[in-house]
Amino acid sequence: MSRAPLSVSAIQDLLDHCLEVEFSFIKTETPARHLARLPRADQDFILAWVKRLASTHIQLAYQFIERTISVLSALDKGIIEAWAVHAMDIYDRFGLRPALIVIQEVDDFMRQARERKQGTVLAQHARVLLHFLHGLSGRELKLEEGAQAYTDTESVFLPAVISTLETPAENFRIYKVMAAYFWAQNWFGTFRAPLMEFVTQQARPEEFQARFHRLETLRLEACLRRHLPGLYRDMQGVAQALGTAPLPLAWQEAASAVAQPGVDVYAVLRICAAQADRLPPCPPAFYQGAFSLEQVARVQAARLAQEKARFRHALYKLQSELARETAPPLVADAPEFRKQIPEPGAGEQLETMEITVDDKPVPVPENVKKLMTSIIQDLGDLPDEYLVPAGPGEYDPALLGEDAIDPDEVWRGTYHEEGAFLYDEWDYQRQHYHKNWCAVREKTLEPTYDGFVTTTLHKYHGVIKHLRRTFEALRDEDRLLKRQFYGDDVDIDALVEALADTHDGGEMSERLFTRMHRTERNIAVCLMVDMSGSTKGWINLAEREALILLAETLETLGDQYAIYGFSGMARKRCEIYKIKGFDEPYNELVRGRISAVEPKDYTRMGFAIRHLTQVLRAVEARTRILITLSDGKPDDYDSYRGRYGIEDTRRALIEARYAGIHPYCVTIDQEGRDYLPYMYGPAAFNVIDDVAKLPLKISDIYRRLTL
Amino acid sequence: MPGHTLKTEEYFITKEPYFQPVGEEVQVFEAAYRQQLPVLLKGPTGCGKTRFMEYMAWRLKRPLITVSCHDDLTASDLVGRFLIKGGETLWVDGPLTRAVRNGAICYLDEIVEARKDTTVVIHPLADDRRVLPMDKLGELVEAPPEFCLALSYNPGYQSVLKDLKQSTRQRFIALEFAYPVPELEVTIVVQETGVAPEQAAHLVKFANMTRNLKGNGLDEGASTRLLVHAAKLIRGGISPVTACHTAITQALTDDAEMLTAVNELSSSLF
Repeated sequence: MSRAPLSVSAIQDLLDHCLEVEFSFIKTETPARHLARLPRADQDFILAWVKRLASTHIQLAYQFIERTISVLSALDKGIIEAWAVHAMDIYDRFGLRPALIVIQEVDDFMRQARERKQGTVLAQHARVLLHFLHGLSGRELKLEEGAQAYTDTESVFLPAVISTLETPAENFRIYKVMAAYFWAQNWFGTFRAPLMEFVTQQARPEEFQARFHRLETLRLEACLRRHLPGLYRDMQGVAQALGTAPLPLAWQEAASAVAQPGVDVYAVLRICAAQADRLPPCPPAFYQGAFSLEQVARVQAARLAQEKARFRHALYKLQSELARETAPPLVADAPEFRKQIPEPGAGEQLETMEITVDDKPVPVPENVKKLMTSIIQDLGDLPDEYLVPAGPGEYDPALLGEDAIDPDEVWRGTYHEEGAFLYDEWDYQRQHYHKNWCAVREKTLEPTYDGFVTTTLHKYHGVIKHLRRTFEALRDEDRLLKRQFYGDDVDIDALVEALADTHDGGEMSERLFTRMHRTERNIAVCLMVDMSGSTKGWINLAEREALILLAETLETLGDQYAIYGFSGMARKRCEIYKIKGFDEPYNELVRGRISAVEPKDYTRMGFAIRHLTQVLRAVEARTRILITLSDGKPDDYDSYRGRYGIEDTRRALIEARYAGIHPYCVTIDQEGRDYLPYMYGPAAFNVIDDVAKLPLKISDIYRRLTL
Repeated sequence: MPGHTLKTEEYFITKEPYFQPVGEEVQVFEAAYRQQLPVLLKGPTGCGKTRFMEYMAWRLKRPLITVSCHDDLTASDLVGRFLIKGGETLWVDGPLTRAVRNGAICYLDEIVEARKDTTVVIHPLADDRRVLPMDKLGELVEAPPEFCLALSYNPGYQSVLKDLKQSTRQRFIALEFAYPVPELEVTIVVQETGVAPEQAAHLVKFANMTRNLKGNGLDEGASTRLLVHAAKLIRGGISPVTACHTAITQALTDDAEMLTAVNELSSSLF
C-alpha cells in the first residue's frame, strides 16, 4: 500500500525544523511546493538525506533539495546517496565552499562517477601498486596521486583515475606500466645526469626536453624489455589497444641506437643533441607522463646531502663497533673503509657493492645497505669521499633526521596532522563516518617519583597479599592429567587396577599414562584510563591506586597487559598517553608514570578505543580485552557530547568487537546504567558505587572477567 | 613399491646430497665436530639448513637423527618413556637418547618451537659434560666422541615467546645461513632441478623481488626451497607464471592485495 504524499505545509514544517529557519531565515516554501509533487517514497528519501546533510551544514542541505529534485528522475538513488556523502566528505576536508560546488555541479560528479565505474581508481589499487614498486627493488618509492604522471625520485605520482581503455582490468595495466616506467627512470639512472643544466643550455630548451624525454623513454623501454619481458608484453598490448602509431621512420635509427645494452643517460643526451635536426617532434608514449626536472633536482639535492651525512655517520658507528670487537691494534690506526664490487655485472644493472676493511668484507646492517643502494642509484657509484667516516662534529645533525617528531613539537606551529594517527569518527546524524577526523598522537607520560606508589602499597598491603594468594591459584600451571591413552609417565594406580582387572579376566584399560597439561591463559589486556579534567581529585587518586593494585595482580597472574591514558581537546588534539606498553616490564619507570596520571582535558572516547584496538591487534594472544576506566559519558569541547559522543563510542566499540576484542567498562558514574548498556552491551560494564572502593574492586572484576 | 623401513639410528646417508657452500660453514662444522662442540644453525626458512645437516652427516659418515620440534614436544619425547607391554613396563628410548647411544648426529629442527623443559635435557649434552641424564631410569648416558648435537633456529620470528634463551644459545657454535648471492642461487636451482639457467635467473630475480617486500607486507621473502619447487613445476611443463603463483606467491601470503602485487611482479618478469 503506498502512502499518500505529504502536503506542502507538512513538508514545510519538516524543512523549517531541519534547516532551523528561525535562525537561518531560509525560505522553505518553494522547495516544499516542489517536493509536494513527488510520490511519497521519493519525498521520504529526499527528506531523510536533507536531515543528514543538515547535521553537517544547513546550506548544504538546502542546496541539495534544489538540485536533487531536478535530477531525481534521471539518476539512480544509489548515485544520489554517493553524491551526498561525497559532498559531506569534501565539507570535512575543505570546508563549505568546495562542498557547495559539489552539490551544484552534480553533472560533474555524475561524469566522474561514470568514469570511475569503467575506469580504474588509483586509491583502490594503491596498495597493490605500492607493493609492486617496492618489489621491483631499489629505493623505496612512495606512491601519490598527482594531476600529472611523473616521479620526483622519492615518489611516483599517478593520475587519480585512468579510464582510457574500456575495462578496469585494462586500465589497471596502464597503471602498472606507468609505475614500472617511473621505477625504471629511477633504477636505470635517468636522473644521474644534471638534466636541468643540460636542458637550459640548449638553444630551444623545450624542444630539446621533449626530444630527450622521448628518446630516454625508448632507452628505458629497451631496459624494461631486457629485465621485465612480461611487463614489456603488457606495454605492447596496451599500445596496441590504444591504436598507437608506430615510431616515425626518422626515429627508428635513433631508437635502435639507444636500445643497445650499456647505453646510459649521457649517451642519450649526446644522441639527442647530435641529431637535433634529424628528429622531428614525435608523439609521446602513452605511459611516459611528464618530466619535472626542477622538482627532481631539488629532491635529489636534498637527499644527496642527507644520505651522505647518514652514510658517513653509519660508517662511523660501524668503525667504533669494529674497534670494539677486535683487540686494540698496536698502531692506533682507524680501519680504512674501501668499496668493492664483487663481480662486475651487466653494466646497466646496479652493482651490489661491499664495504671492506683490509680487503675483508664487513657485514653491513640492513638500513645501511638500503642507503648504499639509494646512493648508487643517484650517482651510479659510491664516491670515495662517502667512505670517510664522520664522527660527532663532522656533520650537520639536522641532516641525519633520525629523531621522530616530538608530539609536543607539533603544537608549537599551526595545526597540522603530520606524524599523527588519523581515525574516522562516526556521525549518527549523518549516518556516515567523518574520514580521518581525529588526529591522534601517542605520548609517553613523564614519570613522577613522589612516594605515591610506596604509600599505596603500604596502605593496601593486606589487600595485595590477599590478591596475590587468590590470583596465584589462577596462574598458568601444569596440571597432571591421569589415566590418559598417551603420556610421559606410567600412571601406576591405573596400571595396578588394570592388572587386577586382567587377573579377573576383564579387559585391560588402555588409559594407563599420566600427562602434564598446561592450561594457558594467553590473555592480553589493555587498560584505557580516563584522564579527563573531570577526574580531578578523589577519582584520579582512586584511578591511580586501582592501577597500582591491578598491575600487582596482573604481575602475579602473568597476563600480558598495557596501560594507556587518554584525553583530548577537539578532534585535532586527541592524545593517548602511554603508561605501560605491552612490551615494557612493570618497573620503577612504569610505577612513576602511574603516579603521574593527572587530569587533563576532555573525554573523547572513540579515538582512544580505535587506537587501542590497533595496539591490541598487534599483540599475539588468544583473548584480547580492552578495559575502560572512566568517570562519565563521552564528552568533548566541540560537538562530541550527548548522543553524538555516545553513538561514536558505541560505533568504535562495535569496530573493536569486529576485530576480536572484548571491551569492558568500569565506571564510577552512577548514571552509567542509563547509557552503558547501549554502548557496551548489557553485561560488559560495572558501575562502582563508591569511588574509594575502585582499587579494591578492580582486581576482583578482572578475575571474574577472565576466569 | 612399499617404503623401506629402518631404525632411525641406522639411517646413513649414502648418496652425496647436493650442497653448495657459501662460506666456510663446512670447515667450521667439521672443526666443531672434531672438538665435540654443539652447533646452532641460524637462518630463515628454506635457505638450506636441513640440507647442510644431511650433507655433513654424509661427509662425516654418521647416522642423522632429525627431530622436528613442535609446541607439544616434551623432554620425554626426546629422552624416552615407559610403555606397557604385556602387563609390564618397558623403557623405550627417545630419538635423542638413541642418537647419544649410537654416536649419531642429532638435529633438532626449529628448537624454539619445543616446550621449555626440553632445554633442560639439552644443556648437559651441550657443554663439556656431554652426558644425557635420564631421571626416570636413574641413569646417565655418556656421549661418545662421534655424537653431535645440532639445533636450528629462525631468528626471523621476532616473538618474545619464541626466542632462544641466552643460557641455551651460549653453549653453541653458531653458523649463520642466509640466502645465497644471486649467481650462486641460480647454480643451486639449476643443479637441483635441471631447469634452464635463464629460467633459473628469472626465478632468482623474482625471489629477490619478494625479499624486497619483507617487512613491507610480507613476513618472509621466497626461500631457495620455494624456488626449487617452482623450477620443478616449470620442468614439469607448467608455465612460469602459474608455477610462480602456485609454488611461491600462494606459499608466501594470504593477503589478497599482496597476492595481486606479487603476481604482477612475476608476470612482469616472464
